[in-house]
Amino acid sequence: MIPEKRKQEQLKPLPKSPTGISGLDEVTGGGLPKGRPSLVAGGPGCGKTLFAMEYLVNGAMEYDEPGVFVAFEETAEELAQNVASLGFDLKELIKQKKLIIEYVKVDRSEIEEAGEYDLEGLFIRLGYAIDSIGAKRVALDTVEFLFAALPNHAILRAELQRLFRWLKAKGVSAVITAERGTGTITRFGLEEYVADCVITLDHRVSEQVSTRRLHIVKYRGSLHGTNEYPFIIGKEGISVLPITSLGLEHHAPLGRVSTGIEGLDDMLGGRGFYRGSSILITGTAGTGKTSLASAFVDAACRRGDRCLYFAFEESTSQIQRNMRSIGIDLTPHVKKGLLQYHSARPTLYGIEMHLVHIYDLVKEHKPDIVVLDPITDFFAIGSSAEVKAAITRIIDFLKTNQVTALFNKANTEEDTVDYSNVDISSLIDAWISLRVLERNGERQRGLFILKARGMAHSNQIRSLHLTDDGIKVAEMNPTAHRTEPDPVRQAL
Amino acid sequence: MEKTKRDIHHQRLKKTWELRLYVAGQTPKSIAAFANLKEICEEHLAGEYHIEIIDLLKEPQLAADDQILAIPTLVRKLPEPLRKIIGDLSNTERVLVGLNLREK
Repeated sequence: MIPEKRKQEQLKPLPKSPTGISGLDEVTGGGLPKGRPSLVAGGPGCGKTLFAMEYLVNGAMEYDEPGVFVAFEETAEELAQNVASLGFDLKELIKQKKLIIEYVKVDRSEIEEAGEYDLEGLFIRLGYAIDSIGAKRVALDTVEFLFAALPNHAILRAELQRLFRWLKAKGVSAVITAERGTGTITRFGLEEYVADCVITLDHRVSEQVSTRRLHIVKYRGSLHGTNEYPFIIGKEGISVLPITSLGLEHHAPLGRVSTGIEGLDDMLGGRGFYRGSSILITGTAGTGKTSLASAFVDAACRRGDRCLYFAFEESTSQIQRNMRSIGIDLTPHVKKGLLQYHSARPTLYGIEMHLVHIYDLVKEHKPDIVVLDPITDFFAIGSSAEVKAAITRIIDFLKTNQVTALFNKANTEEDTVDYSNVDISSLIDAWISLRVLERNGERQRGLFILKARGMAHSNQIRSLHLTDDGIKVAEMNPTAHRTEPDPVRQAL
Repeated sequence: MEKTKRDIHHQRLKKTWELRLYVAGQTPKSIAAFANLKEICEEHLAGEYHIEIIDLLKEPQLAADDQILAIPTLVRKLPEPLRKIIGDLSNTERVLVGLNLREK
Protein backbone atom coordinates (compact mmCIF):
# COMPACT_ATOMS: atom_id res chain seq x y z
CA MET A 1 0.00 0.00 0.00
CA ILE A 2 2.59 2.49 1.03
CA PRO A 3 4.88 2.07 -1.98
CA GLU A 4 1.82 2.41 -4.19
CA LYS A 5 0.92 5.66 -2.51
CA ARG A 6 4.47 6.90 -2.81
CA LYS A 7 4.47 6.18 -6.48
CA GLN A 8 1.37 8.25 -6.95
CA GLU A 9 2.89 11.17 -5.12
CA GLN A 10 5.93 10.99 -7.29
CA LEU A 11 3.85 10.96 -10.41
CA LYS A 12 1.78 13.89 -9.34
CA PRO A 13 3.81 16.61 -7.74
CA LEU A 14 1.79 18.79 -5.43
CA PRO A 15 0.65 21.92 -7.23
CA LYS A 16 2.03 25.07 -5.63
CA SER A 17 0.68 28.52 -5.14
CA PRO A 18 3.58 30.99 -5.41
CA THR A 19 3.79 33.44 -2.52
CA GLY A 20 5.80 35.99 -4.44
CA ILE A 21 7.70 36.52 -1.19
CA SER A 22 11.34 36.89 -2.11
CA GLY A 23 13.23 33.70 -1.28
CA LEU A 24 10.30 31.76 0.16
CA ASP A 25 9.27 30.19 -3.11
CA GLU A 26 12.81 28.90 -3.50
CA VAL A 27 12.88 27.08 -0.19
CA THR A 28 9.39 25.66 -0.63
CA GLY A 29 9.98 24.57 -4.19
CA GLY A 30 7.40 26.93 -5.63
CA GLY A 31 5.17 28.24 -2.87
CA LEU A 32 2.43 27.10 -0.54
CA PRO A 33 0.26 24.08 -1.32
CA LYS A 34 -2.32 25.10 -3.88
CA GLY A 35 -5.92 24.76 -2.84
CA ARG A 36 -5.03 23.88 0.73
CA PRO A 37 -4.72 25.72 4.00
CA SER A 38 -1.29 26.57 5.41
CA LEU A 39 -0.65 27.59 8.96
CA VAL A 40 1.70 30.45 9.78
CA ALA A 41 2.48 30.62 13.48
CA GLY A 42 4.50 33.14 15.40
CA GLY A 43 4.63 35.45 18.38
CA PRO A 44 3.47 39.05 18.42
CA GLY A 45 5.29 41.31 15.99
CA CYS A 46 6.92 38.51 14.05
CA GLY A 47 5.33 39.41 10.73
CA LYS A 48 2.37 37.00 10.48
CA THR A 49 -0.10 39.57 9.26
CA LEU A 50 2.38 40.92 6.76
CA PHE A 51 3.09 37.40 5.53
CA ALA A 52 -0.61 36.77 4.97
CA MET A 53 -1.12 40.14 3.34
CA GLU A 54 1.84 39.78 1.02
CA TYR A 55 0.58 36.39 -0.05
CA LEU A 56 -2.74 37.91 -1.04
CA VAL A 57 -1.40 41.10 -2.57
CA ASN A 58 1.20 39.23 -4.64
CA GLY A 59 -1.48 36.77 -5.68
CA ALA A 60 -3.73 39.57 -6.80
CA MET A 61 -1.05 41.59 -8.56
CA GLU A 62 1.29 39.01 -10.01
CA TYR A 63 -0.58 35.74 -10.36
CA ASP A 64 -4.07 36.92 -11.22
CA GLU A 65 -5.47 35.27 -8.12
CA PRO A 66 -7.86 37.54 -6.22
CA GLY A 67 -7.94 37.14 -2.47
CA VAL A 68 -10.10 37.58 0.59
CA PHE A 69 -8.44 38.75 3.77
CA VAL A 70 -10.44 37.97 6.87
CA ALA A 71 -9.21 40.27 9.61
CA PHE A 72 -10.18 39.54 13.18
CA GLU A 73 -7.94 42.10 14.79
CA GLU A 74 -7.56 45.08 12.54
CA THR A 75 -10.03 46.99 10.43
CA ALA A 76 -9.58 47.34 6.68
CA GLU A 77 -8.54 50.93 7.25
CA GLU A 78 -5.84 50.00 9.76
CA LEU A 79 -4.51 47.22 7.56
CA ALA A 80 -4.33 49.52 4.56
CA GLN A 81 -2.38 52.04 6.58
CA ASN A 82 0.00 49.46 7.97
CA VAL A 83 1.06 48.10 4.61
CA ALA A 84 0.99 51.39 2.71
CA SER A 85 4.63 51.94 3.68
CA LEU A 86 5.52 48.79 1.74
CA GLY A 87 3.95 50.21 -1.38
CA PHE A 88 0.79 48.10 -1.20
CA ASP A 89 -2.24 50.06 -2.29
CA LEU A 90 -5.01 47.97 -0.78
CA LYS A 91 -7.73 50.45 -1.64
CA GLU A 92 -6.85 50.29 -5.29
CA LEU A 93 -6.86 46.49 -5.22
CA ILE A 94 -10.23 46.53 -3.51
CA LYS A 95 -11.55 48.91 -6.14
CA GLN A 96 -10.31 46.60 -8.89
CA LYS A 97 -12.10 43.70 -7.20
CA LYS A 98 -8.84 41.85 -6.65
CA LEU A 99 -9.03 41.99 -2.90
CA ILE A 100 -11.67 42.00 -0.22
CA ILE A 101 -10.91 42.76 3.38
CA GLU A 102 -13.58 41.23 5.54
CA TYR A 103 -13.26 42.67 9.01
CA VAL A 104 -14.86 40.27 11.46
CA LYS A 105 -15.47 42.00 14.73
CA VAL A 106 -16.23 39.85 17.72
CA ASP A 107 -16.80 41.67 20.94
CA ARG A 108 -17.02 39.43 23.94
CA SER A 109 -18.82 42.07 25.97
CA GLU A 110 -21.83 42.24 23.70
CA ILE A 111 -22.27 38.53 23.10
CA GLU A 112 -24.23 36.16 25.25
CA GLU A 113 -24.29 32.42 24.63
CA ALA A 114 -27.68 30.76 24.99
CA GLY A 115 -27.70 27.29 23.55
CA GLU A 116 -26.35 25.49 20.54
CA TYR A 117 -24.85 27.38 17.63
CA ASP A 118 -22.39 27.07 14.80
CA LEU A 119 -20.26 29.54 12.86
CA GLU A 120 -22.27 29.35 9.68
CA GLY A 121 -22.37 33.15 9.67
CA LEU A 122 -18.61 33.24 9.15
CA PHE A 123 -18.85 30.61 6.41
CA ILE A 124 -21.57 32.58 4.65
CA ARG A 125 -19.61 35.81 4.80
CA LEU A 126 -16.43 34.18 3.60
CA GLY A 127 -18.26 32.26 0.88
CA TYR A 128 -20.02 35.40 -0.27
CA ALA A 129 -16.75 37.33 -0.40
CA ILE A 130 -14.94 34.52 -2.23
CA ASP A 131 -17.68 34.17 -4.82
CA SER A 132 -18.10 37.88 -5.42
CA ILE A 133 -14.54 38.33 -6.77
CA GLY A 134 -13.69 34.75 -7.70
CA ALA A 135 -11.06 34.58 -4.99
CA LYS A 136 -8.38 31.91 -5.19
CA ARG A 137 -6.60 32.90 -1.98
CA VAL A 138 -7.83 33.46 1.54
CA ALA A 139 -6.10 34.70 4.65
CA LEU A 140 -7.48 34.35 8.17
CA ASP A 141 -5.66 36.64 10.57
CA THR A 142 -5.72 35.42 13.35
CA VAL A 143 -8.36 32.84 14.17
CA GLU A 144 -7.14 32.67 17.76
CA PHE A 145 -8.99 35.87 18.30
CA LEU A 146 -12.18 33.81 18.23
CA PHE A 147 -11.06 31.85 21.24
CA ALA A 148 -11.09 35.01 23.28
CA ALA A 149 -14.50 36.02 22.00
CA LEU A 150 -16.40 32.75 22.12
CA PRO A 151 -16.30 30.92 25.42
CA ASN A 152 -17.46 27.59 24.04
CA HIS A 153 -14.16 26.24 22.74
CA ALA A 154 -15.60 22.84 21.90
CA ILE A 155 -17.93 24.36 19.33
CA LEU A 156 -15.20 26.68 18.10
CA ARG A 157 -12.71 23.87 17.55
CA ALA A 158 -15.24 21.76 15.70
CA GLU A 159 -16.21 24.72 13.56
CA LEU A 160 -12.62 25.66 12.77
CA GLN A 161 -11.96 22.12 11.65
CA ARG A 162 -15.04 22.32 9.49
CA LEU A 163 -13.84 25.70 8.17
CA PHE A 164 -10.46 24.34 7.12
CA ARG A 165 -12.11 21.39 5.38
CA TRP A 166 -14.55 23.75 3.73
CA LEU A 167 -11.73 25.96 2.46
CA LYS A 168 -10.05 22.91 1.01
CA ALA A 169 -13.30 21.80 -0.64
CA LYS A 170 -13.67 25.31 -2.07
CA GLY A 171 -10.24 24.86 -3.62
CA VAL A 172 -8.81 28.10 -2.27
CA SER A 173 -5.24 28.36 -1.05
CA ALA A 174 -5.42 29.72 2.47
CA VAL A 175 -3.00 31.19 4.96
CA ILE A 176 -4.17 30.88 8.53
CA THR A 177 -2.14 32.81 11.04
CA ALA A 178 -1.92 31.76 14.65
CA GLU A 179 -0.23 32.76 17.87
CA ARG A 180 2.80 30.81 18.95
CA GLY A 181 2.18 28.51 21.93
CA THR A 182 4.47 27.31 24.67
CA GLY A 183 5.27 23.69 23.99
CA THR A 184 2.98 23.62 20.99
CA ILE A 185 3.33 25.32 17.66
CA THR A 186 0.17 27.34 18.20
CA ARG A 187 -1.55 28.40 21.37
CA PHE A 188 -4.68 26.36 20.72
CA GLY A 189 -3.08 23.48 18.87
CA LEU A 190 -4.48 24.46 15.49
CA GLU A 191 -1.62 22.64 13.81
CA GLU A 192 -3.59 19.45 14.40
CA TYR A 193 -6.25 20.64 12.01
CA VAL A 194 -4.07 22.17 9.34
CA ALA A 195 -1.98 19.24 8.33
CA ASP A 196 -0.59 20.28 4.99
CA CYS A 197 1.88 23.04 5.61
CA VAL A 198 3.05 24.64 8.82
CA ILE A 199 5.49 27.56 8.91
CA THR A 200 6.74 29.29 12.03
CA LEU A 201 8.06 32.82 12.21
CA ASP A 202 10.32 33.91 14.99
CA HIS A 203 11.78 37.16 16.17
CA ARG A 204 14.80 36.95 18.43
CA VAL A 205 17.02 39.54 19.94
CA SER A 206 20.51 38.44 20.77
CA GLU A 207 23.32 40.80 21.73
CA GLN A 208 20.88 43.66 21.12
CA VAL A 209 20.59 42.77 17.48
CA SER A 210 17.29 41.41 16.28
CA THR A 211 16.97 38.60 13.83
CA ARG A 212 13.86 37.14 12.28
CA ARG A 213 13.72 33.54 11.28
CA LEU A 214 11.37 31.42 9.24
CA HIS A 215 11.10 27.68 9.60
CA ILE A 216 9.05 25.27 7.53
CA VAL A 217 8.01 22.80 10.19
CA LYS A 218 5.99 20.65 7.90
CA TYR A 219 5.06 20.48 4.26
CA ARG A 220 3.18 17.35 3.40
CA GLY A 221 3.94 15.87 0.04
CA SER A 222 6.67 18.29 -0.84
CA LEU A 223 10.38 18.63 -0.49
CA HIS A 224 11.36 21.70 1.44
CA GLY A 225 14.38 23.23 3.09
CA THR A 226 14.45 22.18 6.73
CA ASN A 227 16.72 24.94 7.93
CA GLU A 228 15.74 28.03 9.76
CA TYR A 229 15.96 30.82 7.26
CA PRO A 230 16.68 34.35 8.31
CA PHE A 231 14.26 36.85 6.90
CA ILE A 232 13.90 40.56 7.05
CA ILE A 233 11.05 42.96 6.72
CA GLY A 234 12.43 45.57 4.41
CA LYS A 235 10.96 48.30 2.34
CA GLU A 236 9.50 45.80 -0.07
CA GLY A 237 8.09 43.45 2.52
CA ILE A 238 9.40 40.08 3.61
CA SER A 239 12.60 38.67 2.12
CA VAL A 240 13.68 35.19 3.05
CA LEU A 241 17.35 34.43 2.59
CA PRO A 242 17.86 30.91 1.43
CA ILE A 243 21.22 29.22 1.78
CA THR A 244 21.81 28.70 -1.87
CA SER A 245 25.13 27.00 -1.33
CA LEU A 246 23.25 23.74 -0.86
CA GLY A 247 24.14 23.24 -4.48
CA LEU A 248 27.66 24.11 -5.58
CA GLU A 249 26.75 24.68 -9.16
CA HIS A 250 28.21 28.00 -10.12
CA HIS A 251 30.24 28.25 -13.23
CA ALA A 252 33.95 28.84 -12.63
CA PRO A 253 35.37 31.46 -14.99
CA LEU A 254 38.92 31.04 -16.25
CA GLY A 255 39.75 34.72 -16.61
CA ARG A 256 42.16 36.38 -14.23
CA VAL A 257 42.19 39.82 -12.68
CA SER A 258 45.25 41.73 -11.58
CA THR A 259 45.72 42.43 -7.89
CA GLY A 260 46.82 45.92 -8.85
CA ILE A 261 50.28 45.22 -7.47
CA GLU A 262 52.88 43.87 -9.81
CA GLY A 263 54.83 42.02 -7.16
CA LEU A 264 51.70 40.32 -5.88
CA ASP A 265 50.58 39.33 -9.35
CA ASP A 266 54.00 37.70 -9.74
CA MET A 267 53.39 35.62 -6.65
CA LEU A 268 50.11 34.43 -8.14
CA GLY A 269 51.61 32.98 -11.29
CA GLY A 270 52.04 36.44 -12.75
CA ARG A 271 48.39 37.00 -13.50
CA GLY A 272 46.54 37.75 -10.29
CA PHE A 273 43.33 36.25 -8.94
CA TYR A 274 40.71 34.26 -10.78
CA ARG A 275 37.74 36.30 -11.83
CA GLY A 276 34.70 35.43 -9.74
CA SER A 277 36.76 33.94 -6.93
CA SER A 278 36.60 34.79 -3.23
CA ILE A 279 39.65 36.39 -1.73
CA LEU A 280 40.48 36.84 1.92
CA ILE A 281 43.09 39.22 3.25
CA THR A 282 43.93 38.84 6.91
CA GLY A 283 46.34 40.69 9.11
CA THR A 284 46.70 42.60 12.33
CA ALA A 285 45.88 46.26 12.57
CA GLY A 286 47.94 48.47 10.29
CA THR A 287 49.35 45.75 8.07
CA GLY A 288 47.84 47.22 4.91
CA LYS A 289 44.61 45.32 4.27
CA THR A 290 42.65 48.33 3.12
CA SER A 291 45.61 49.43 1.00
CA LEU A 292 45.69 46.08 -0.79
CA ALA A 293 41.94 46.19 -1.34
CA SER A 294 42.16 49.73 -2.67
CA ALA A 295 44.98 48.83 -5.06
CA PHE A 296 42.86 45.98 -6.36
CA VAL A 297 39.85 48.25 -6.83
CA ASP A 298 41.97 50.95 -8.45
CA ALA A 299 43.36 48.53 -11.01
CA ALA A 300 39.87 47.18 -11.70
CA CYS A 301 38.41 50.62 -12.31
CA ARG A 302 41.28 51.50 -14.61
CA ARG A 303 40.29 48.48 -16.68
CA GLY A 304 36.72 49.77 -16.66
CA ASP A 305 35.40 47.19 -14.21
CA ARG A 306 32.64 48.19 -11.83
CA CYS A 307 33.32 47.96 -8.10
CA LEU A 308 31.28 48.07 -4.95
CA TYR A 309 33.15 48.80 -1.76
CA PHE A 310 31.50 48.18 1.60
CA ALA A 311 33.41 49.99 4.31
CA PHE A 312 32.47 48.82 7.77
CA GLU A 313 35.01 50.73 9.80
CA GLU A 314 36.01 53.88 7.98
CA SER A 315 34.08 56.59 6.25
CA THR A 316 34.47 56.65 2.51
CA SER A 317 36.16 60.06 2.48
CA GLN A 318 38.66 58.81 5.03
CA ILE A 319 39.56 55.82 2.89
CA GLN A 320 39.95 57.98 -0.17
CA ARG A 321 42.12 60.48 1.69
CA ASN A 322 44.33 57.77 3.20
CA MET A 323 44.77 55.99 -0.10
CA ARG A 324 45.83 59.19 -1.80
CA SER A 325 48.74 59.27 0.66
CA ILE A 326 50.08 56.07 -0.90
CA GLY A 327 49.50 57.24 -4.41
CA ILE A 328 46.12 55.63 -5.06
CA ASP A 329 43.51 58.12 -6.16
CA LEU A 330 40.09 56.56 -6.13
CA THR A 331 38.00 59.71 -6.38
CA PRO A 332 37.97 59.81 -10.22
CA HIS A 333 36.54 56.28 -10.29
CA VAL A 334 33.78 57.33 -7.91
CA LYS A 335 33.03 60.33 -10.10
CA LYS A 336 32.85 58.12 -13.18
CA GLY A 337 30.35 55.91 -11.39
CA LEU A 338 32.57 52.84 -11.65
CA LEU A 339 33.24 52.71 -7.94
CA GLN A 340 30.57 52.96 -5.29
CA TYR A 341 31.26 53.17 -1.58
CA HIS A 342 28.86 52.19 1.16
CA SER A 343 29.74 52.73 4.77
CA ALA A 344 27.79 51.30 7.65
CA ARG A 345 28.69 50.03 11.07
CA PRO A 346 28.23 46.26 11.26
CA THR A 347 26.35 46.66 14.52
CA LEU A 348 23.89 49.09 12.94
CA TYR A 349 21.57 46.24 12.17
CA GLY A 350 21.43 42.46 12.11
CA ILE A 351 23.57 40.43 9.76
CA GLU A 352 20.52 39.53 7.68
CA MET A 353 19.84 43.16 7.04
CA HIS A 354 23.42 43.62 5.85
CA LEU A 355 22.97 40.64 3.58
CA VAL A 356 19.87 42.04 1.99
CA HIS A 357 21.51 45.43 1.68
CA ILE A 358 24.45 43.83 -0.12
CA TYR A 359 22.14 41.77 -2.34
CA ASP A 360 20.12 44.82 -3.29
CA LEU A 361 23.15 46.95 -4.10
CA VAL A 362 24.80 44.21 -6.12
CA LYS A 363 21.63 43.77 -8.14
CA GLU A 364 21.45 47.50 -8.65
CA HIS A 365 25.08 48.37 -9.35
CA LYS A 366 26.02 45.12 -11.13
CA PRO A 367 29.66 45.21 -10.05
CA ASP A 368 32.54 43.03 -11.24
CA ILE A 369 34.23 43.32 -7.88
CA VAL A 370 32.83 43.60 -4.37
CA VAL A 371 34.97 44.47 -1.36
CA LEU A 372 33.89 43.96 2.23
CA ASP A 373 36.32 45.81 4.45
CA PRO A 374 36.51 44.39 7.07
CA ILE A 375 34.23 41.53 8.02
CA THR A 376 35.81 41.31 11.46
CA ASP A 377 33.04 43.09 13.30
CA PHE A 378 30.35 40.82 11.94
CA PHE A 379 31.68 38.24 14.31
CA ALA A 380 30.63 40.57 17.09
CA ILE A 381 26.99 40.72 16.03
CA GLY A 382 26.31 37.08 15.46
CA SER A 383 27.55 33.72 16.53
CA SER A 384 30.39 32.31 14.51
CA ALA A 385 28.03 29.85 12.83
CA GLU A 386 25.61 32.59 11.86
CA VAL A 387 28.34 34.75 10.44
CA LYS A 388 29.77 31.85 8.53
CA ALA A 389 26.32 31.10 7.14
CA ALA A 390 25.92 34.73 6.15
CA ILE A 391 29.32 34.89 4.50
CA THR A 392 28.59 31.61 2.73
CA ARG A 393 25.48 33.24 1.34
CA ILE A 394 27.37 36.32 0.21
CA ILE A 395 30.12 34.28 -1.42
CA ASP A 396 27.58 32.11 -3.09
CA PHE A 397 25.48 34.94 -4.30
CA LEU A 398 28.52 36.74 -5.69
CA LYS A 399 29.91 33.62 -7.31
CA THR A 400 26.61 32.91 -9.00
CA ASN A 401 26.77 36.42 -10.38
CA GLN A 402 30.46 35.92 -11.31
CA VAL A 403 31.53 38.76 -9.09
CA THR A 404 35.02 38.70 -7.59
CA ALA A 405 34.76 39.13 -3.84
CA LEU A 406 37.45 40.46 -1.56
CA PHE A 407 37.09 40.22 2.20
CA ASN A 408 39.34 41.86 4.73
CA LYS A 409 39.53 40.51 8.21
CA ALA A 410 41.60 41.81 11.08
CA ASN A 411 43.49 39.44 13.34
CA THR A 412 44.39 40.26 16.89
CA GLU A 413 48.06 40.29 17.82
CA GLU A 414 47.68 37.00 19.64
CA ASP A 415 46.49 35.18 16.55
CA THR A 416 50.03 34.44 15.47
CA VAL A 417 48.77 31.52 13.49
CA ASP A 418 46.13 32.40 10.98
CA TYR A 419 44.09 29.33 11.62
CA SER A 420 41.80 31.29 13.89
CA ASN A 421 40.13 32.08 10.58
CA VAL A 422 39.52 28.44 9.96
CA ASP A 423 35.76 28.96 10.18
CA ILE A 424 35.55 30.75 6.87
CA SER A 425 38.78 29.63 5.26
CA SER A 426 37.11 26.67 3.56
CA LEU A 427 34.93 29.07 1.60
CA ILE A 428 37.82 31.13 0.35
CA ASP A 429 39.68 30.56 -2.90
CA ALA A 430 42.69 32.78 -2.33
CA TRP A 431 43.99 33.88 1.01
CA ILE A 432 46.68 36.46 1.60
CA SER A 433 48.14 36.87 5.04
CA LEU A 434 49.73 40.09 6.17
CA ARG A 435 51.77 40.59 9.28
CA VAL A 436 54.34 42.75 10.89
CA LEU A 437 57.74 41.18 11.20
CA GLU A 438 60.23 42.49 13.67
CA ARG A 439 63.77 41.90 12.64
CA ASN A 440 67.11 43.65 12.77
CA GLY A 441 65.60 46.34 14.95
CA GLU A 442 62.86 47.33 12.55
CA ARG A 443 59.25 46.48 11.82
CA GLN A 444 58.49 45.35 8.37
CA ARG A 445 55.27 44.37 6.67
CA GLY A 446 55.34 40.82 5.44
CA LEU A 447 52.99 39.16 2.99
CA PHE A 448 52.50 35.59 1.98
CA ILE A 449 49.93 33.50 0.21
CA LEU A 450 48.29 30.97 2.48
CA LYS A 451 46.37 29.46 -0.33
CA ALA A 452 45.38 30.09 -3.92
CA ARG A 453 43.12 27.43 -5.34
CA GLY A 454 43.81 26.30 -8.86
CA MET A 455 47.00 28.21 -9.58
CA ALA A 456 50.71 27.96 -9.02
CA HIS A 457 51.70 30.44 -6.37
CA SER A 458 54.73 31.55 -4.47
CA ASN A 459 55.55 30.01 -1.10
CA GLN A 460 57.75 32.89 -0.10
CA ILE A 461 57.17 35.53 2.46
CA ARG A 462 57.68 38.81 0.73
CA SER A 463 57.84 42.28 2.09
CA LEU A 464 55.10 44.79 1.52
CA HIS A 465 55.99 48.44 1.13
CA LEU A 466 53.42 51.21 1.26
CA THR A 467 55.19 54.09 -0.44
CA ASP A 468 54.22 57.57 -1.56
CA ASP A 469 53.76 56.28 -5.06
CA GLY A 470 52.06 52.97 -4.61
CA ILE A 471 52.36 49.58 -3.07
CA LYS A 472 55.37 47.41 -3.74
CA VAL A 473 55.81 43.77 -2.99
CA ALA A 474 59.43 42.65 -3.03
CA GLU A 475 61.59 39.76 -1.96
CA MET A 476 62.76 39.83 1.60
CA ASN A 477 66.28 41.01 2.22
CA PRO A 478 68.25 37.81 1.58
CA THR A 479 70.87 38.60 4.17
CA ALA A 480 68.25 38.92 6.87
CA HIS A 481 67.04 35.50 5.87
CA ARG A 482 70.34 33.93 6.43
CA THR A 483 71.29 35.58 9.68
CA GLU A 484 68.02 35.11 11.53
CA PRO A 485 65.45 32.37 11.56
CA ASP A 486 62.14 33.45 10.12
CA PRO A 487 59.65 34.05 12.93
CA VAL A 488 56.67 33.39 10.71
CA ARG A 489 57.92 30.06 9.53
CA GLN A 490 58.64 29.18 13.13
CA ALA A 491 55.18 30.10 14.20
CA LEU A 492 53.71 27.95 11.50
CA MET B 1 -40.92 31.15 8.34
CA GLU B 2 -42.03 34.17 6.37
CA LYS B 3 -45.60 33.48 7.37
CA THR B 4 -44.83 33.37 11.07
CA LYS B 5 -42.85 36.52 10.64
CA ARG B 6 -45.95 38.23 9.34
CA ASP B 7 -48.02 36.74 12.18
CA ILE B 8 -46.12 38.57 14.82
CA HIS B 9 -45.59 41.58 12.67
CA HIS B 10 -48.54 43.34 14.20
CA GLN B 11 -49.24 46.97 14.57
CA ARG B 12 -47.12 47.57 17.63
CA LEU B 13 -44.05 48.41 15.55
CA LYS B 14 -43.37 51.57 17.43
CA LYS B 15 -42.78 49.70 20.65
CA THR B 16 -39.30 49.68 22.06
CA TRP B 17 -38.07 46.16 21.42
CA GLU B 18 -36.63 45.62 18.00
CA LEU B 19 -35.16 42.17 17.59
CA ARG B 20 -33.48 40.62 14.61
CA LEU B 21 -32.89 36.92 14.30
CA TYR B 22 -30.22 35.76 11.87
CA VAL B 23 -30.55 32.22 10.56
CA ALA B 24 -29.15 30.21 7.68
CA GLY B 25 -31.96 28.18 6.19
CA GLN B 26 -34.49 26.18 8.14
CA THR B 27 -32.15 24.17 10.27
CA PRO B 28 -33.31 22.56 13.51
CA LYS B 29 -31.33 25.16 15.43
CA SER B 30 -32.97 28.02 13.56
CA ILE B 31 -36.44 26.65 14.06
CA ALA B 32 -35.78 26.05 17.74
CA ALA B 33 -34.33 29.53 18.13
CA PHE B 34 -37.38 31.15 16.62
CA ALA B 35 -39.80 29.09 18.69
CA ASN B 36 -37.85 29.82 21.88
CA LEU B 37 -37.63 33.51 21.08
CA LYS B 38 -41.32 33.82 20.39
CA GLU B 39 -42.16 32.11 23.63
CA ILE B 40 -39.87 34.34 25.67
CA CYS B 41 -41.13 37.49 23.99
CA GLU B 42 -44.76 36.55 24.50
CA GLU B 43 -44.10 35.96 28.14
CA HIS B 44 -41.98 38.98 28.91
CA LEU B 45 -42.55 41.52 26.18
CA ALA B 46 -46.06 40.83 24.99
CA GLY B 47 -47.15 43.50 22.56
CA GLU B 48 -43.89 45.42 22.83
CA TYR B 49 -41.65 43.69 20.36
CA HIS B 50 -40.98 43.22 16.74
CA ILE B 51 -38.98 40.34 15.35
CA GLU B 52 -37.34 40.44 11.96
CA ILE B 53 -35.90 37.25 10.59
CA ILE B 54 -32.98 37.39 8.18
CA ASP B 55 -32.07 34.25 6.30
CA LEU B 56 -28.42 34.62 5.32
CA LEU B 57 -28.69 31.90 2.72
CA LYS B 58 -30.95 34.27 0.84
CA GLU B 59 -29.24 37.52 1.78
CA PRO B 60 -25.62 36.73 2.56
CA GLN B 61 -24.57 40.33 2.07
CA LEU B 62 -26.41 41.28 5.25
CA ALA B 63 -24.14 39.21 7.50
CA ALA B 64 -21.36 41.76 7.57
CA ASP B 65 -23.50 44.72 8.65
CA ASP B 66 -24.38 43.27 12.02
CA GLN B 67 -21.05 41.41 12.29
CA ILE B 68 -22.73 38.02 12.31
CA LEU B 69 -20.45 35.06 12.97
CA ALA B 70 -22.53 32.50 14.81
CA ILE B 71 -25.84 31.10 13.67
CA PRO B 72 -28.41 31.55 15.05
CA THR B 73 -27.72 35.06 16.34
CA LEU B 74 -30.32 37.25 17.94
CA VAL B 75 -29.53 40.94 17.75
CA ARG B 76 -31.24 43.38 20.04
CA LYS B 77 -31.26 46.50 17.91
CA LEU B 78 -33.45 48.43 20.31
CA PRO B 79 -33.37 49.38 23.05
CA GLU B 80 -29.74 50.38 22.84
CA PRO B 81 -27.04 49.33 23.46
CA LEU B 82 -26.83 46.64 20.85
CA ARG B 83 -26.67 43.14 22.28
CA LYS B 84 -26.10 39.79 20.65
CA ILE B 85 -27.25 36.43 21.85
CA ILE B 86 -25.92 33.43 20.01
CA GLY B 87 -27.34 29.93 20.06
CA ASP B 88 -30.74 28.29 19.73
CA LEU B 89 -32.00 30.32 22.71
CA SER B 90 -32.85 27.13 24.58
CA ASN B 91 -31.28 28.52 27.73
CA THR B 92 -34.04 30.95 28.72
CA GLU B 93 -32.13 32.35 31.66
CA ARG B 94 -29.21 33.35 29.45
CA VAL B 95 -31.54 34.87 26.89
CA LEU B 96 -33.16 37.00 29.56
CA VAL B 97 -29.74 38.08 30.82
CA GLY B 98 -28.67 38.79 27.29
CA LEU B 99 -31.73 40.88 26.59
CA ASN B 100 -31.17 42.65 29.85
CA LEU B 101 -34.54 41.52 31.17
CA ARG B 102 -32.86 40.00 34.16
CA GLU B 103 -29.86 40.89 36.27
CA LYS B 104 -26.74 38.82 35.69
